[in-house]
Amino acid sequence: MSLSDAMNLGGFFYLVPLVVIFPLVGMLINIFFGGRMGEKGVALVGCLGSGLSFVVSVLLGISLLGHPDGITISYANWNWINSDTLHLRWAFLVDTLSVTMMLVVSGVGTLIHIYAVGYMHNDVRLNNDPGRYRRFFVYFNLFIAEMMVLVSANNYMMLFIGWEGVGLCSYLLISFWYEKGKNGIGNALAGNKAFITNRIGDFGFLIAAFLMYRYLQPLATNGVFTYDFSQVASLASQVPQSIILAITLFLLLGVTGKSAQIPLYVWLPDAMAGPTPVSALIHAATMVTAGVYLVARSHAIYAIAPIAQNWVAIAGGVSALFAATIAVAQFDIKKVLAYSTISQLGYMVAAVGMGAFVAGIFHLVMHAFFKALLFLSAGSVIQGIERGEEQLEHVGNPHKRGKHEAPLDPQDMRNMGGLRHKMKTTFWVYLIAALAISGIIPFAGFWSKDEILAEANHLNPAIFWLLLIAAFLTAFYMGRQIIMVFFGTSRTEAAAHATESKAIVTAPLIILAVLSIIGGALNFPPINSLTNWLGHTFQAVAGGAASGEAAPVPFNFIVAAASTVIAVGALVLAWYLYDRRTREMQRLPLGQRADDPLRPALGPAFTLLENKYWIDELYGYIIIKPYQWLANFLGETFETKIWHDFIHDIVLVGGFHLQTRFLSGAFDLGFIDGITNFLGDGFKELGAQLRKIETGFVRNYALAIFIGVIIVIGYILLRAI
Amino acid sequence: MLPVNYYLALAIVLFVIGALGVLVRRNAIIVFMSVELMLNAANLAFVAFARFWQSLNGQIFVFFIMTVSAAEVAIGLALIVTIFRTKDSIDVDQINTLKG
Repeated sequence: MSLSDAMNLGGFFYLVPLVVIFPLVGMLINIFFGGRMGEKGVALVGCLGSGLSFVVSVLLGISLLGHPDGITISYANWNWINSDTLHLRWAFLVDTLSVTMMLVVSGVGTLIHIYAVGYMHNDVRLNNDPGRYRRFFVYFNLFIAEMMVLVSANNYMMLFIGWEGVGLCSYLLISFWYEKGKNGIGNALAGNKAFITNRIGDFGFLIAAFLMYRYLQPLATNGVFTYDFSQVASLASQVPQSIILAITLFLLLGVTGKSAQIPLYVWLPDAMAGPTPVSALIHAATMVTAGVYLVARSHAIYAIAPIAQNWVAIAGGVSALFAATIAVAQFDIKKVLAYSTISQLGYMVAAVGMGAFVAGIFHLVMHAFFKALLFLSAGSVIQGIERGEEQLEHVGNPHKRGKHEAPLDPQDMRNMGGLRHKMKTTFWVYLIAALAISGIIPFAGFWSKDEILAEANHLNPAIFWLLLIAAFLTAFYMGRQIIMVFFGTSRTEAAAHATESKAIVTAPLIILAVLSIIGGALNFPPINSLTNWLGHTFQAVAGGAASGEAAPVPFNFIVAAASTVIAVGALVLAWYLYDRRTREMQRLPLGQRADDPLRPALGPAFTLLENKYWIDELYGYIIIKPYQWLANFLGETFETKIWHDFIHDIVLVGGFHLQTRFLSGAFDLGFIDGITNFLGDGFKELGAQLRKIETGFVRNYALAIFIGVIIVIGYILLRAI
Repeated sequence: MLPVNYYLALAIVLFVIGALGVLVRRNAIIVFMSVELMLNAANLAFVAFARFWQSLNGQIFVFFIMTVSAAEVAIGLALIVTIFRTKDSIDVDQINTLKG
């Protein structure tokens, strides 16, 4: 669609490239002029880059509202790669799904940018490198731009650019303090882990893309394959089921990588090495939802591959429960949230896998609100503890830790407690977010989670039970976290001296808290505005026949009641264990006190959960170790010993030496020199023989002449006869 | 007039004597003389044939040979004198400086 066409449609559709351009320009300004602008200027440019992108997204949303029957616009169509069989274009897709994603990415993104202005100000000073403030905003703006490319792409290849771009930003930001962490390399290793694990998923994505080209290109009009979602969707029904199954399953591998699902989820908990705004934006609210978006965007091809759909649902459902169990036994405030993110992503993936695309996207949006809020509040808590510790060092408190003690881990929940009086705002927003994620009515999470559960109850009972147990665990670990962090008494001096964060940090928290409270209104059951809004997209392709979207399930009071009862029950149980029971445990002698009341109750199971089922170790044992062994084998034995020492040194170099030795020895010295020496020696010998004739006696010469004359004359005379 | 065969026979005898003298004798002077004998044998053959054919060509050859041999004798004797001065001998078997 050209600019004039877009103008004729009315609305602001022609503005869509700006959602990418604004953050990109912000990034470039910060790269080239950020050094001279100072911290405030850098922060302003960074926030504007994201904020203007949000403004454009809102304008696009308003424009779409002007088309109540739904509209899908592919704008720009800039040529990218052009050949006889492949025509890739840089085209921005505007429909209700992409605009929803844009609003979430830029909206939550802008709030987190604003939060980061305050948070990073402290963080860079704490880590003694204020110069990295600018770098943070450069990466952050780049991330927004790449995420916008991802969600606004109208074909798989452009989406892949965004897909890889956000992976890059994730890597850069996880290892933002790359020289810090365990042994001074922990953060860099976490970045590597995230990047490499994602490579496995991206490999799946690429294989799927190759398969699409291999099998769909010959069917395309004029043989020109564009990778457009619409083209792939319309061609997919013409190829064998098995091909579509392969494509969708390989896409699923990509999804499990990016959205941190079993089996590729292991990178996400380690990704918490990044600064907290990164965890909130990239590893909770936006990037990790890209996999959910991909499945939703590919709904037409998933719809004709029920087996793949089933696997998506299973991956999501199992991840939801699995990660939730791990979250119960973690002590790092951000690790709990990381496993919670995997679990919640599991809900979304399960939803889109079952064909409940709207429910999945609804939960995605709600999750973006409350999980971003949880992470940002956790960041506020962490900095509160750090401030408390700093204060202690200033006043020279007698309780000051000795030099030999291990430094206090400001992220360990065992070092917190009683913070609700010190950090009132943070406490309240955290409580709201926790209630939202636990699914307590009327907070945002209740509506979205309940919709997924209702759909699951209707579509796939097995997944329903997995998700229901996960819902119980979700409420339980959130209750545990809230009580450990904010209730009870301060367990360390630092926690006792913690102070509330500044307004620039708490303001975005309050906005997100409001969204977490009222967000559910977006798809309030009787009105179902989001269902109608997204319905355009999910029915537009393939004439609605194979849209893959299940019929909306009416609000199910039994499911809603069950999930609410379970959530409340879990919270009460958490309160009992971590408040009452912990207080009772305080009376025990010091040696018998467990750090977690679940530890004595669950015994070895708790250790199993605390160590994350030793999945990292298992992967290390079955994949990384053999891989390293193989690499070592290839490097040491194969390359060095066989290739270098044998093939290279002995066969090649040795053979060459042998050949040159033959050429220089036998051939050159023997044969060539032999010829010349033979000639030389021969003539020398000849001369030696001939010189004997040269006696020097004149009479010999005379005789020779005489004989010669006789011969000549004899010859002449005899010839005449 | 004697037939030419007699002259030729004499010339052959003279030449053979000269050749044998060159090959056999060691005294440089004798060798020299033998060479002269061979030259004169040739001269005699020339003159005999000139008479026989009533042609002056042979006579003229003889003149040339006589002048050349005169020059040769001059050089040869000079060489012999020089050799004698250095070697105190004119034995040709003593002179083999040109041995290879």
